[in-house]
Amino acid sequence: MSEKISLKGALFNPLSKNNPVVVQVLGICSVLAVTAKLEPAIVMGISVIAVLAFSNVIISLIRNTIPTNIRIIVQLVVVAGLVVIVDQLLKAYAYDVSKQLSVFIGLIITNCILMGRLEAFAMANKPLPSFLDGIGNGLGYTVILVIVGFFRELLGSGTLLGYQVVPDSFYEAGYVNNGLMILPPMALIIVACIIWVQRARNKDLQEP
Amino acid sequence: MNKQSNTYTLIYILVLAAVVGTALAFTSLSLHDRQLENADLDKMSQILASAGIVPEKGQVAADFKKYIIAQEIVDCDGNRVEGDAFNVDVAAQSKLNDCGRQLPVFVCRPDDGSTKYILPVYGSGLWGPIWGYIAIDSDGTTVYGAYFAHQGETPGLGAEIVKPEFRNQFEGKRLIKNGVFMPISVVKAGQKPSGNEDYVDGVSGGTITSKGVGTMLDNCLSPYKSFLNQLSNN
Repeated sequence: MSEKISLKGALFNPLSKNNPVVVQVLGICSVLAVTAKLEPAIVMGISVIAVLAFSNVIISLIRNTIPTNIRIIVQLVVVAGLVVIVDQLLKAYAYDVSKQLSVFIGLIITNCILMGRLEAFAMANKPLPSFLDGIGNGLGYTVILVIVGFFRELLGSGTLLGYQVVPDSFYEAGYVNNGLMILPPMALIIVACIIWVQRARNKDLQEP
Repeated sequence: MNKQSNTYTLIYILVLAAVVGTALAFTSLSLHDRQLENADLDKMSQILASAGIVPEKGQVAADFKKYIIAQEIVDCDGNRVEGDAFNVDVAAQSKLNDCGRQLPVFVCRPDDGSTKYILPVYGSGLWGPIWGYIAIDSDGTTVYGAYFAHQGETPGLGAEIVKPEFRNQFEGKRLIKNGVFMPISVVKAGQKPSGNEDYVDGVSGGTITSKGVGTMLDNCLSPYKSFLNQLSNN
């Protein structure tokens, strides 16, 4: 019974109470880079979920054999290998998506969430909880990316997933897209707003 | 066995490197053909896009065969030379001096029966390479359409060069004015270039990428000067 709760916790805690982006404030760099538009944000989220889940499982499987003094290197090699494989698979089977994400896929390697989860969770837990932890944290990251991407594309370009949603009559009435929204600093402001809302709702997250 | 000993660590990392290396080599080899095919198809659809032809999914190769009636290589004097135009490495050629280059020309015949000449261009933006294809009318002067792509320009800023809003500005611009060859300039919106060449507005917030497009057109279209002059004199 206790294991069931912890499995559920591994999957769902990172979505809100222990979200990697807005609670632990990890992976902010890629939140700035890929959220000017909604679509790359979504594909980036899915790629991170895949890489995080599988690297968590692999590291968890070999966790007892890894010499402690080179564990970070081992983790990096596994992550880098997986990211290159994902990149190659995308190029072979989803060329358009791979073209759109281009350099961002490679940047998954440097995403702090990956190293954080491998070091903090997969090194000390069995493969199944590690797998769920990877999926959960990946989803937690994706949720924030999608929220930020949604507002930045809507307010910055007046479109969503490339389709225009702000009606032409708005523009005729003098509405102007907020050009500031497509610049990276605005992602930080939106992330800060999400943190504000979340801490206002969850009193136990507030620091005294 | 002592897992903290140097021997264990050394053997461990060597084995790990070998396993990961093998996995990567295997993935790369088994997917290589598919990736090359995808890259070729992508190139075909880019070439067609510059002439305003958008093939349906799965029809790219067939449409390319249908619309591109000839692929040639010319030199800087406008003479035909032998070679496989499709596989010319435009990136490498763009770094040579004008007369050392192989210049690919794709002759396109859209449904209306007219003839367009499609020329590849290659340059650099802010973060990485940018490239494109310029379709020119049979008079050798008027731009019929343009297609641009990039590797990693900033979404919403420099990456806007791929959008129709930017590309469509090139339609109808002239490369040869009063018999003088002048590549199209890219300038800040509202400004004019110093010469009297034709110009388009750059992307606001994407100044370096826009300048890159201008430089790319200058560098890659100038070697075609003789070829285009011949066309316009005929």
